[in-house]
Amino acid sequence: MENDLAYNTKHGAPAGKETDSKNNGSAVTEQWDSEIKPNTNLFNLHIKEVWQYRDLLMLLVRRDFVSFYKQTIFGPLWFFIQPIFTTVIFTFVFARMAGIGTDGVPAPLFYLTGTIAWNYFAECLTKTSTVFKDNASIFGKVYFPRLIMPLSIVLSNLVKFSVQFLLFVGMLLWFMIIKGKPVHPNEFVLLFPIIILLMALQGLGWGLIITALTNKYRDLAFLVTFGIQLAMYATPIIYPLSTITDPFYKKILTLNPLTGLIETFRYGFLNKGQFYSFAFAYSVIVSLVVLLLGIFIFNKVEKNFVDTV
Amino acid sequence: MAIAIKAENLSKAYQLGEFSTGTLSRDIERAWYKLRGKEDPFLKIGETNDRTTKGASDIVWSLKDVNFEIQQGDAVGIVGRNGAGKSTLLKVLSRVTSPTTGSVKLKGRIASLLEVGTGFHPELTGRENIFLNGAILGMRKHEIKRKFDEIVDFAGVERYIDTPVKRYSSGMYVRLAFAVAAFLEPEILVVDEVLAVGDAEFQKKCLGRMQDVSVNDGRTVLFVSHNMGAVANLCNKAIFLRNGTMHSMGATSKIIEEYISFGKQNTGEISESDIEYTRSCESAYFNTIRIISKNEITGNIDSKDEIKIELDYTVTRENALVYPSIHILDNMGTCILASFTGPSATTTVDKYFGKPLKKGRYKSTMVVPANFLNDKTYRISAFLVPENSQDLAIAQDVLMFSVTDTGDMRKEFTGEWIGLIRPKLEWNTQFLNA
Repeated sequence: MENDLAYNTKHGAPAGKETDSKNNGSAVTEQWDSEIKPNTNLFNLHIKEVWQYRDLLMLLVRRDFVSFYKQTIFGPLWFFIQPIFTTVIFTFVFARMAGIGTDGVPAPLFYLTGTIAWNYFAECLTKTSTVFKDNASIFGKVYFPRLIMPLSIVLSNLVKFSVQFLLFVGMLLWFMIIKGKPVHPNEFVLLFPIIILLMALQGLGWGLIITALTNKYRDLAFLVTFGIQLAMYATPIIYPLSTITDPFYKKILTLNPLTGLIETFRYGFLNKGQFYSFAFAYSVIVSLVVLLLGIFIFNKVEKNFVDTV
Repeated sequence: MAIAIKAENLSKAYQLGEFSTGTLSRDIERAWYKLRGKEDPFLKIGETNDRTTKGASDIVWSLKDVNFEIQQGDAVGIVGRNGAGKSTLLKVLSRVTSPTTGSVKLKGRIASLLEVGTGFHPELTGRENIFLNGAILGMRKHEIKRKFDEIVDFAGVERYIDTPVKRYSSGMYVRLAFAVAAFLEPEILVVDEVLAVGDAEFQKKCLGRMQDVSVNDGRTVLFVSHNMGAVANLCNKAIFLRNGTMHSMGATSKIIEEYISFGKQNTGEISESDIEYTRSCESAYFNTIRIISKNEITGNIDSKDEIKIELDYTVTRENALVYPSIHILDNMGTCILASFTGPSATTTVDKYFGKPLKKGRYKSTMVVPANFLNDKTYRISAFLVPENSQDLAIAQDVLMFSVTDTGDMRKEFTGEWIGLIRPKLEWNTQFLNA
């Protein structure tokens, strides 16, 4: 009856029978598959574990996509409606009324480029920044690599961005071929995948930092909601960087780690504006640093956030 | 057999109170202490988890130095009062939260069921939710696909499989949710009281499935429940947690017995000074009232044991006629039986019945047969009725005791057994014709 034993109480009194010593003996050479400990390496990305859960990641993306348009009439069309309306309003307010230049790019095309790129970044950030709060009930009941959730947010937004990107391509072709405007992609379009990746990583990084901190200090959550709106104005979305002539302001804008990415994105597809190599390199470095910092803080918090959320 | 789970000095501290403006300054202070290599001043050692007393620090140890080893293929029940650390232990084991100190070593894949239907999205259909929930519980897509038909079959919701789950009845929802979990194939399964859902038939199905998992498939199961019947049926071993520490571990029946008889407030005895009378009597009063089972004074009784209720009283008037009487009430105060020493209510002849009593102390004992009461808490009222029945002593609700079914009667059924009493009765079935 080996079943009867193999336990030690706190007082060290094994209540088992004679095979007890045998069990203890074999325990020394046991190979364990996993160990639950108070602390693990904070820079460990759990890549292997995330990979094991890749099906979950895909199913979560699918869930976000499907539940987005369930019980709606227009369905996935809503992905188009939002950027179109934003572009129309921006064109009217900033180009027509305020008369802000667009570097010679047709105003709707200019704003659409900025809008879809900015929305992608902003949504990655805002959604990730509430990931602990939004998923507290799931996280509190079952374990899976916590990074899956923010990753699924970034991927879901990538799906959304891709759909909106088609809209952009359509509009670009229309202006190029039918309207004969002098806009066309150049060799910097090859940086496009990297730009998208960097924006995602930065949105993810900032979001992770914020979610980890808001877990204990809710104050930051308030900052995010209006901060992200204001941040758009500090990024060349509704104006090209070239319209800023004051060297001081220009320097400030270049310090925004998104400036280089947005400007390059626009330059690559429209061949208007220019490639700011310093701003771009700076964006790359900041994105990576923010991501690492985000993961570091996230890893620190995720293990016990259930107790404080 | 090999050891599947090994916990070493496992402890978990929680912070009490609110997180507020004080949090930041305290965090900075803690960081400062750590930086200088000193001990965290807020993790004071030695406070146990007793929720009834207010401790000196804001930190409470929900688990403290818990050590155990669990063999592969064992089904281990975790019992203990509310707040004993059962849920915390499960949370740590399922990696929802990390321990403060100590470690747990595991062999094989672990899956936890602290809740059924985690991550169910109301807008998605049953089919979509099976996949999503399965993946959250750690299954791969192809695994779920392979078991899909079985899951749907087990849940019995085939007709609704392409309907959003928000349109499901709550019963269907729970059945589907459990079905997904039931087909998990981890080496270690951690289950909280999820069986407390669904109808009796489904509960039985779930329990059967879990038994399959541990007995037939040789997997390790950890199971927390307040239903001792379920624990006794499912588990071959049990851990008794108390105030965050491990009180004992061993064979299920032994541990359950220990748990039932441990430190509940119903002590099974009340003496003269504590007895409150609704009405008192001039000719007699109670000295003590006791509940005895297995020759011990106790308020915690195993349903398979006999219960003796003992009235110890003093007659103060010479040649008084006094009839002792007992009512057993249920928790709601409904009287479920009333008895006294008269021959119309007894199986034996009480030789003092109807006789004038001399002054002095008397003891009358009523015996409630074994396997008679249900798995419930009961209360008793005691009476001393003299010949002038207007002048009677009533000690209403004087004692409380709980009867627990330790599993002997739960071989066939694990749901809540309704009824105020549960005597064993004679049954026989005859074949009449074909």
